[in-house]
Amino acid sequence: MIETVLLQIHEPGETPLPHAGDSDLAVGIDLGTTNSVVAVSNDETPEVLRDENGSGLVPSVVAYAPDGSAIVGQLAKQLLLMRPETVISSVKRLMGRGLQDVKSISGTLPFEVIEGEGMVRLKVSGKELTPVEISADILRALKERSEDQLKQKVEKAVITVPAYFDDAARTATKDAAKLAGLQVLRLVNEPTAAALAYGLDKEAEGLYAVYDLGGGTFDISLLRMEKGVFQVKSTGGDASLGGDDFDHAILEYFLTERRAKFGEEKLTTDDVKIALVTGRMAKECLTENDSGDFVLEFNGQSSKHTITREKFDELAAPLVDRTIDICRNVLEDGDTFPDEVKGIVLVGGSTRVPLVRKRVGDFFGQPPLSDINPDEVVAVGAALQAEALTVGSDNLLLDVTPLSLGIETMGGIVEKVIPRNTPIPVAKAQEFTTYQDGQSAMAIHVLQGEREMVDQNRSLARFILKGIPPMTAGAARIRVTFSVDADGLLTVGAEEVTTGVSQEVAVKPSYGLSDEEMAHMLRDSMVHAKEDMEVRLLTEARVEAKRVMEAVYSALHIDGKLLNEDERAHINVVLNKLDETIASDDRHTINAMVEELDRETQVFAQRRMDKGIEEALTGVNVAKLESAIES
Amino acid sequence: MLKNDKSSVHPCWSCKGPVSGGDLFCETCHAVQPPGHIDHFSRFGLQKAYSLDVDGLERSYFELQRHLHPDRFANKTPKEKTLSQQQAVSLNEAFEVLKDPLKRADYLLSVLGMTGISHDHTVNDPVLLMEAMETREALMEAQSVDTVNALSDKARRDVRDCVRAIAQAFDQEQYDEARKLALRLKYLTKLLEETRQHKARLVMK
Repeated sequence: MIETVLLQIHEPGETPLPHAGDSDLAVGIDLGTTNSVVAVSNDETPEVLRDENGSGLVPSVVAYAPDGSAIVGQLAKQLLLMRPETVISSVKRLMGRGLQDVKSISGTLPFEVIEGEGMVRLKVSGKELTPVEISADILRALKERSEDQLKQKVEKAVITVPAYFDDAARTATKDAAKLAGLQVLRLVNEPTAAALAYGLDKEAEGLYAVYDLGGGTFDISLLRMEKGVFQVKSTGGDASLGGDDFDHAILEYFLTERRAKFGEEKLTTDDVKIALVTGRMAKECLTENDSGDFVLEFNGQSSKHTITREKFDELAAPLVDRTIDICRNVLEDGDTFPDEVKGIVLVGGSTRVPLVRKRVGDFFGQPPLSDINPDEVVAVGAALQAEALTVGSDNLLLDVTPLSLGIETMGGIVEKVIPRNTPIPVAKAQEFTTYQDGQSAMAIHVLQGEREMVDQNRSLARFILKGIPPMTAGAARIRVTFSVDADGLLTVGAEEVTTGVSQEVAVKPSYGLSDEEMAHMLRDSMVHAKEDMEVRLLTEARVEAKRVMEAVYSALHIDGKLLNEDERAHINVVLNKLDETIASDDRHTINAMVEELDRETQVFAQRRMDKGIEEALTGVNVAKLESAIES
Repeated sequence: MLKNDKSSVHPCWSCKGPVSGGDLFCETCHAVQPPGHIDHFSRFGLQKAYSLDVDGLERSYFELQRHLHPDRFANKTPKEKTLSQQQAVSLNEAFEVLKDPLKRADYLLSVLGMTGISHDHTVNDPVLLMEAMETREALMEAQSVDTVNALSDKARRDVRDCVRAIAQAFDQEQYDEARKLALRLKYLTKLLEETRQHKARLVMK
């Protein structure tokens, strides 16, 4: 019995998770403005999951049926023309945004927004929904597609976001995944995911630019690719510039022609939704053709419009120029000249627009690479990263912060705490003091952006530090730590330095969901929310128990001789009990047994420490360590 | 190279056995350890010296990140995830400082107990001031890419010489001289940045 237990020693990292089944599979999701794609990778061979017609693209369009159920994808896209009031598209443009942001995105909105503070809310099919809930419906459809095709449960995903997405939009994306019942292993920036897919596929090495023009967002990243390391040097973009803006430009042109014919017209949100489809058709038509004819029909009046490639280029030029300006800044940030870039990878459906290809080629002095599918490469990269995170990989993604992070100081000026293009994860501390005797609380306003004044940047959140120990003004020293994790998400911690008292940080996200709202939505969206939570806690308890067992096995393997047979047998009994308990579904019993094992091994741990210290004093340990490092 | 400093022995948080200070992973149970409060040089197993091989530093950085980056801990317990993030943060911070000749000089001064240059906004060196004024004037007047290139080539050479001189000053423990040269490097770095921007403006026109 004892021997069998000791034979179960595994190399760390090679041990499968306790009772891990098929649910360990993770997919890669490109949650796009116009289309979304889901892919999966096995043995570094990625595969896009397709429908019966062979299409990997799921239109990011959601229709809400009268019973409240969501219809996602191609069918919803068709419903857009028949029942526009029930359909939402391009919802990604609204992630992490407030009402004012949405109003400034573009002139004619295909959304019916509801007045209010904080995160914007939309009216559709008589319901009020946040962009997070609508995105969750898209993610749910992608999850179902994966489960149908892979014939197993899919609960983990790597989801891509535009590199230029700010903290609010990233948090919104993660919240949407949570609502859809997906655990986000990692948010990966879209250009980085594309570089991963491209670099591994083409074995590219050197400095590459990834130009990603999607439906609603633009990103440009400068990356160094080298022997499995994908290092982002600098990144930039515009979170509200994309193919949708081309559609809008064409539509505005058509509407001007209409006004000349029929005079001023009042368009409903639904009219705009349909007209924008025409705008998109015109844009897509002009990729292949030199001109096209289109008809707009509303208010019982139809009008015919002709548009040439030349005219479209003229309309699109200011938008494309904006992307080139951003390219210039990113190269400057990366201390690079255009001719030092080895290749330009195009990503996103909007890079099919001929003018985009021409301008990008002119700027970099070389034709961009087009031997990859710009619609699918991001999801493929996400799938590769999902496999790397679950199964393991030698590849390394080193990303940076896209936007500077700062805090409001006197006079509405922003003081930068973490500058843009800082490698993540990163943590920076800043010290504050009180300005009144006995002051017990302090407000901190966190902003993201490059401008100097508070109102020119995006407000992320307001934090209130409470429980500052009573001191005279200026005596308290509160160290606030801003941490950005590998997902690009910010957390804030605070501590009073002289007393060591850690401060409570109350977060009020400017455009996010509060914890209560999130909890409420989770309750609404998941009938089994509580059970899911139980499952999550049970899994965590098992993983922790497994870690503790492995640690004890390793210790026994190396220092077992510090115990006599009785003591050893005693520990083995507890180990066996814990092993049996792991199989049970009761996390409380598992946790209790972990504690018991901890108690039972305390003497053992003490002896090991004594031995270690003794060895260190005699110098034996150093030589042994050196040889351990060499091997 | 998976350790960076040898000092006190303390218990591993996971298996409770002995771990040497500075070890990244427990020798017994292989659990990732907290980054600890060691200086940036020790984090890369380097001596506290100004001269260093930046390519070698970068290779070490990648190698360490391969083991410590949070992406390697996606399946691990929350505690291990947190520790890996702390390790990666410390590594990024150390790398950002050490790879940059100016930040490295400033940091080495402060590690050695001298005053750094980061809070020094005024330059008292009259020779440096005069040189800065003249060069900036020349840059302002430069209308061709060739002229700017000549200026930036000179600045780049000056930076290289200055970095070499700083290394020498540190080697000879002439810290006041090192500090003076570091201030010069600060100005040269800024100048190089300005020539780059000026050139970009001319090229893009």
